[in-house]
Amino acid sequence: MTDKPPVLDFATDFDHTDPEWVSDPYTIWEDLRQRCPVAHTDRYGGAWFPATHAGVSAIAKDTVNFTSRDVIVHEGRPTEEDLPSPIGVAPPITSDPPFHKVARRLILPAFSPAVVNALEPQIRALCATLLDDIIFEGVVNASMDYARLIPPSVIRQMLGFPEEDTEMFIKAVHLITENVDRPQEERIELFEPVEAYFTRQIEDHQENPRDDLTTFLLNAEIGGEKLALEHVFGTMILILVAGIDTTWSAIGAALWHLARNPEDLARLVNEPELMPVAVEEFLRYYAPVTMARLVNADMEYLGCPMKEYDWILLGFPAANRDPTVFKDADKFIIDRAENRHVAFGLGIHRCVGSNLARMELQVALEEFIKRYPRFELANEDNVTWAQGQIRGPRNLPLRILR
Amino acid sequence: MKVVIDAELCQGQGRCFSIAPSIFDFDDLGSGFVIGDGTLSPETMDLARLAQANCPEHAIFIEESP
Ligand code: HEM
Repeated sequence: MTDKPPVLDFATDFDHTDPEWVSDPYTIWEDLRQRCPVAHTDRYGGAWFPATHAGVSAIAKDTVNFTSRDVIVHEGRPTEEDLPSPIGVAPPITSDPPFHKVARRLILPAFSPAVVNALEPQIRALCATLLDDIIFEGVVNASMDYARLIPPSVIRQMLGFPEEDTEMFIKAVHLITENVDRPQEERIELFEPVEAYFTRQIEDHQENPRDDLTTFLLNAEIGGEKLALEHVFGTMILILVAGIDTTWSAIGAALWHLARNPEDLARLVNEPELMPVAVEEFLRYYAPVTMARLVNADMEYLGCPMKEYDWILLGFPAANRDPTVFKDADKFIIDRAENRHVAFGLGIHRCVGSNLARMELQVALEEFIKRYPRFELANEDNVTWAQGQIRGPRNLPLRILR
Repeated sequence: MKVVIDAELCQGQGRCFSIAPSIFDFDDLGSGFVIGDGTLSPETMDLARLAQANCPEHAIFIEESP
């Protein structure tokens, strides 16, 4: 980050990796809503950022003028050659219509509410075990030693990979998720060990089919034909990239909030039935996921002169703070009854894992506060936040109170 | 009064059937649908309105019964 010039005006030169944006994006977004409301930057080869719910919603639902062929903003303008076909590297997130629907329908049943609800006891047991494993010395790193470990273990179980590989799997996953914005060549190199492990697992599942997500993908068919192995592989990688840092961030941010707001923590401890409503407010207020689109052709849109392959930084978290849609948008209201938040996106790319993510968030919080009904931040200055399109606390030392 | 889900607009956000499981259910793909013919009683009206107010896709409509 040090090699980048600091941002002087976020309206004309924004950068979502700037330290000011990383530490408090909300003030920046509110300022942009009042005076832009679509910000621009020449960084990354040119990008736009709509700060309002209306702007985010229009672009998310417009799959004609915008493409999903790249959803992570990185250095340099993409060219036609850089962009994979409309199928994309990681279907369905990088796919556009009409292929998108095919790839999405394929995996939706594996994440339906019925399938996810059946996982609840396993997820609860996992959270309890992780809490048992924490060596308690008054302070718990709730992000690194708890929140971080939940999503990959759930996915490992769903994919049907061996339990003894958990630690290795978690390491491999973080290698991927922490490097999604690196250039393609570097990523390919970094992923080699992961690819080798996945290939072994796929082979094992081909020989010994069982009731899990890997076997499901291997048996899945499009138009009467089994999926190409690259498609199976790409979907597995997508599930890792989309399902892990995101959920980790959501759990971490909720615990961060509770550590700083004892009255909200006490309400959840005393009124457990409030949890589902509270989960939606955590998702609105601390929405962890910002996506990207590319402009398909030169055009005037939302009053802006957009050019082919300009980036759009698609800020669902900013939409969630728009006061024209949410009453007292900048207040966290734990029992907010009406909450049309868009943390899981809008339109055809709505998060396939949203049912699972909600379940993980709810169960992780319930188990944590059952074990530790009172806690506070051990050291505010030691809390660090992830930089980039996924936002959540990475270091989160909590002091447990008796 | 009747509640309906516009299947074109529904993206399976999952809010309606969590908030009002007596009125809405989900299919294999996770999309919401209305149980039965959607006729609302004075008792279920508020719940249906609450679900409507939580649908991010604005896919739920409450209409006069014919
Ligand atoms: C709190 C946690 C999560 C948040 C906030 C979140 C957020 C999102 C958002 C905003 C999108 C829309 C992408 C776009 O419009 O380009 C998305 C897509 C997606 N998410 Fe999640 N996600 C979470 C957890 C998960 C989990 C646990 C999984 C699966 C294991 C998952 C799998 C996916 C997939 C497959 C897509 C692509 C859907 C498509 O393109 O049709 N996500 N997610």
